[in-house]
Amino acid sequence: MAWTRKDLLAMRDLEPGEILTLVDTAASLEEIASRDIKKVPALRGKTIVNLFYEPSTRTRTSFEIAGKWLSADVINFTASASSTTKGETFVDTAKNIEAMSPDVVVVRHSASGAAELLARELDCSIVNAGDGAHEHPTQALLDLLTIREKKRHFEGLQVAIVGDITHSRVARSNIHAMRKLGVTVTVAGPPTLIPPFIGELGVKVAYRLEEAIRDVDVIMMLRLQHERMAAGLIPSVREYSRYWGLSLDKLQKHARPDVLIMHPGPVNRGVELSPEVADSHYSVILDQVSKGVAVRMAVLFLLAGSRSSEGQVRA
Amino acid sequence: MTTMRVVKDLMLGLGARGGTLVVKNGHVIDPASAVDAAHDVLIVDGVVRDIGPRLAAPEQATVVDATGKIVCPGFIDIHVHLREPGFEYKETIATGTRAAAAGGFTAVCCMANTHPVNDNRSITDYILARAKTEGVVRVYPIGAVTRNLKGEELSELAELAEAGCVGYSDDGKPVMNAGLYRRAMEYTLPFGAPIISHAEDAHLSTGGAMNEGVVSTELGIAGAPAAAEDIMVARDIVLAELTGAHVHLAHLSTAGSVRLVRDAKARGLRVTAEAAPHHLLLTEDAVRTWDPNAKMNPPLRTKRDTEALLEGLADGTIDCVATDHAPHALSEKEGEFDRAAFGIVGLETAVAVLLDRLVRPGRLPLKTLVARLTADPARLLNLPLGSLVPGRPGDVTILDLHRELTIDPARFHSRSRNTPFGGWTVTGGPWMTIVNGHVISSEGGFAPLRTKGATPPSELPRPNLPPGQGSAGKAGARTESM
Amino acid sequence: MNRPAPRRREKAQVLDEAALDRALTRIAHEILEKNSGASNLAFVGIRTRGVTLAHRLAAKIEKIDGTSLPVGALDITLYRDDLDMRGAPVVRGTDIPFSIKDKTVVLVDDVLYTGRTIRAALDALIDLGRPRMIQLAIFIDRGHRELPIRPDYVGKNLPTSRREVVAVRMKEHDGEDRVVIEEPEDA
Repeated sequence: MAWTRKDLLAMRDLEPGEILTLVDTAASLEEIASRDIKKVPALRGKTIVNLFYEPSTRTRTSFEIAGKWLSADVINFTASASSTTKGETFVDTAKNIEAMSPDVVVVRHSASGAAELLARELDCSIVNAGDGAHEHPTQALLDLLTIREKKRHFEGLQVAIVGDITHSRVARSNIHAMRKLGVTVTVAGPPTLIPPFIGELGVKVAYRLEEAIRDVDVIMMLRLQHERMAAGLIPSVREYSRYWGLSLDKLQKHARPDVLIMHPGPVNRGVELSPEVADSHYSVILDQVSKGVAVRMAVLFLLAGSRSSEGQVRA
Repeated sequence: MTTMRVVKDLMLGLGARGGTLVVKNGHVIDPASAVDAAHDVLIVDGVVRDIGPRLAAPEQATVVDATGKIVCPGFIDIHVHLREPGFEYKETIATGTRAAAAGGFTAVCCMANTHPVNDNRSITDYILARAKTEGVVRVYPIGAVTRNLKGEELSELAELAEAGCVGYSDDGKPVMNAGLYRRAMEYTLPFGAPIISHAEDAHLSTGGAMNEGVVSTELGIAGAPAAAEDIMVARDIVLAELTGAHVHLAHLSTAGSVRLVRDAKARGLRVTAEAAPHHLLLTEDAVRTWDPNAKMNPPLRTKRDTEALLEGLADGTIDCVATDHAPHALSEKEGEFDRAAFGIVGLETAVAVLLDRLVRPGRLPLKTLVARLTADPARLLNLPLGSLVPGRPGDVTILDLHRELTIDPARFHSRSRNTPFGGWTVTGGPWMTIVNGHVISSEGGFAPLRTKGATPPSELPRPNLPPGQGSAGKAGARTESM
Repeated sequence: MNRPAPRRREKAQVLDEAALDRALTRIAHEILEKNSGASNLAFVGIRTRGVTLAHRLAAKIEKIDGTSLPVGALDITLYRDDLDMRGAPVVRGTDIPFSIKDKTVVLVDDVLYTGRTIRAALDALIDLGRPRMIQLAIFIDRGHRELPIRPDYVGKNLPTSRREVVAVRMKEHDGEDRVVIEEPEDA
C-alpha cells in the first residue's frame, strides 16, 4: 500500500495496509546494518531535527543513526524543561525550528497530543517519537517487526501486555496496531494501573499475571516508573515485583515454551523482569533495539524520501 | 453588517436618565409574569413604564421596531469571569461587559478569582467602580468564601455583602474543608446571598485535564472522574441540609449530580443549580481534536450526561443557564492540551448555540430557555431583574430566531477568543440588547474599543445616524440625536 | 506528489516469446565469450524485471556452460535522484547473498533509457563492496540517454519517442513473454 501521509503521529490513524508498508519497508532496510558501509544516499540533502523534550537517549540515538545511515543531516535539539520556563512555548520553539527548513521533525514530548499539535502548526513532516501517555508509533512498529520475524505472521497471534497500562504510550500504540492486524491483546496489571474503559479499545483485561501469560505467543513487559508508588497507585515496588514481575519460574510454569519476551526498555531488572528472564532465550529485547533503527529509517525515508522539495524538479 | 450604534450614557449604576424608548411590534416572552403575546414595551427613564398591545409611542421616544422578533427581559449570566483586577490581558470589565451585551446579556455576576481576589470590600468597591465607569451592562460581584481562595479562613463575608456581593464562591477551587464550608453557610445565612459551589473533590480529580472515560483512555490524558463532582455535590447538599443555607451548585456537568440535586429539591432543601451551554451541547469527543478550547473544569462529559443535564434544565432541576465565561489569552490556550488553561468564553455564543441546538430542534421550549436566563437566575441571587412588569429596570434582550450566522471568534468583543464553538453556523441569536432603556448593542454590533481596557464612556463614539441609513434603518431603531 | 498513472494502450509488438528467448540466448553467449567463460562471474539484477532476466541468463549459462552462477537482487530506491517526482516509493530491499568483492558483476536490467537507474545501481553496488569489474546487460535499449552510460550487452536496440513506454513483459510477472511499445491513451 502506497504511503501518502505527511506525518506519522499515531497507530490509531493508520490503515492495516499502511502499517504493513512500514513494517515491510523496515524489513527491506534491515540489511543495511550488516553492510561494511552503512550509508545509502536516499535522504542526501534532507534535514531531520530531533526535537526532544524528554530525556531519551535510546530513542533519540536510534532516530539519529537512522537519519545518518540515510545520509540526512540530523540535528538534535534537546529542550530541557528550563528552556521552556524561559517563556518560549513549545509552539514558539517549533516555529523557530521550522524557520530553519527541516524536512522532518521528530518530536518527543511529555504532553499527550504534542505531535498532533506540531503537525497542525508546521508544514514539514512530523514523526511522533512518544507523546505523553498517548502513542509511540515507532516503538509499536519495531515490536511488530520483531514479532513478525519470529512468528512469521500476525493474524491470530495472542499478545499479553503487562504492567502500567495507564501511563504507557507503548501499550496504546501496540494495542491499536495489533488489533488492526488481527492480534488478540490482553492487558494485565494491578487495577490501579489499568485505565478505565480500556476494553473499548478491543482488548481483554486480566488481573493476574499467571492468567495473562497463559497460552500467549508474546509477553510484552512494561517498565514500572517508581513515581507510581508515590502517587499511591501501588503500595510498594517490592509488592509489585512479587505479583507482577516475571520470573523464570512463573514463565516456565505458565507460559508456552515458544513465547517471546519483549520490553520497550530500559528494563528495571528485578522489578518487572528478573535478570534471568531478560537474558534468557525467550527474550528478544536486543532484537527490538536493532530493529528500531530499521523502523526509523523506513519512517524517515517514507516521509522525507517521497516529498517534493523545491529545486529538485526534473522534466 | 453591523452598525455602531450606541448610547449616549452608559452610567448605568448611577441610574442615568435615559429618556423614552418603545419596543414595538415584537412578541414578548416574560416568564416571570407569564406573558407570551404580541406586546409593546415602553421604558421611561430606565424603568419599564408599560407593557401591552399597541402602545402609543410618546413623542421623541426612540422606537425599536421588533417585528418578527422575540422580546424578553434582559438575560442574566450569574457565572462570569471578568478577570479585572489582575488579569486584564484576558478580559476587562469594559471588554467583558461588551461581550455580554453583544451576546444578549444585560447583567452578569463576576467571580472572585481575580488578582487580588475579591475577598474584601476594597476589591468589591473597585469592581463596582470600574463597572460604573466602563461597564455597559449591570455587574454584580460575587465574593470569595475564603481568603485568597485558599480554603483556610473565611473572608469578611458580612462586609462583602454590604459592599454589594450577591453571592459567595471560591469558584475555580473547591473548598475541601467541609467544616469550614459549613461555617461559611451558617455565617452567611442572614445575608440572603447563596454559597455557590464549584463542586469538585480535588483528590479524585488530581491531574485530570478531561473527563475520565473512553476518550481519556485512548488519548492518554489524565482524567477527572464524574465521581469527583458527584461526591462534592452530595456533600454540599448534606451541608445545605445541616445548615439550612441556600447552596447553589455551579456548572453541573454529570448525570449523577443532576440526580442528586433533583432528589435534594424533592426533599425541600434550598439547593439550586446551573448548567453551562458547553456542558449541554458538547461531549468528551470534542477533545479528540486536541483543541485546548475543549478543555474546561468541570470537563466535557458523555452523551448520557448532556442528556441528563438537558432533562434537568427542562424540568427545573437545573434552575438556570450560566456560561462560566472564562477568558484566557491565546498563549494560554494554544499549546499542549495537558498544559492549557481550563475554561472557555461563553457570553457571545451562549444564546445563539442554545437557540440553534436546543430550541430550534424542539429539545427545549423557548419559554423555558428564556425563564432559565431571566426570572430564574434573578430569583436565585435576589436580583431585582428578570421581568418586564412595570416598575422593573428597563433591561430587554430581543432575539431574532431566524438570523443565520457563523460564529467567528475574531469578531468577539471579549478580549479573548477561546471558544470551541468557532465556525459553528447557527440560526437564531440575540438581535438587540437594551440596558436601562438604552440600546447597547444590536446584531452583535458595537462601539469598538479604541485602547486596551479603559475607554471612558464619554469618549465612546457618538451615534449620529440619520434615520434610515444603513442597517440602522433596516433594524428599525432610531436613536435620539443629541 | 502522487500522480495517477496515465492509461496507456499498446502501440506495437517488438518481440514475441520466441524472439525474446533468442535474444537472451545470444546475450548469454556474448557474456561467456567476452569473459572467456563463466569463472568469477555473478549476476545482479535490478528490481523487479532485471532480477527475473538475471535468473533467466544464469539458467541459460548453466545450460551452455554447466556453471551455476550466483544471482543477486538490487533495489536502487534508496539511490535514486528522482524520488521527489515518483510519489510514494516502495523499498523492496537488496538481497545479494554472496560477496561481490573481486567478482565480475553483470548488472542486468530490462530497459535502458536515461541511464539514471544504472547510475544509481552502480552507486548501490559499489557501496556493497569492490567488484573487479561491472558489466551491463540490457534487454531493450531505447535511447534518450542523459548520462554517459553504455551497455555491454543489448537484447535489442529500439528507437522510441519520449512519450512512448517500453514494456518488457515476463511470464513470472505478467503471464507472458513479450516486449511491446505503449503510448498514452489521450494521444
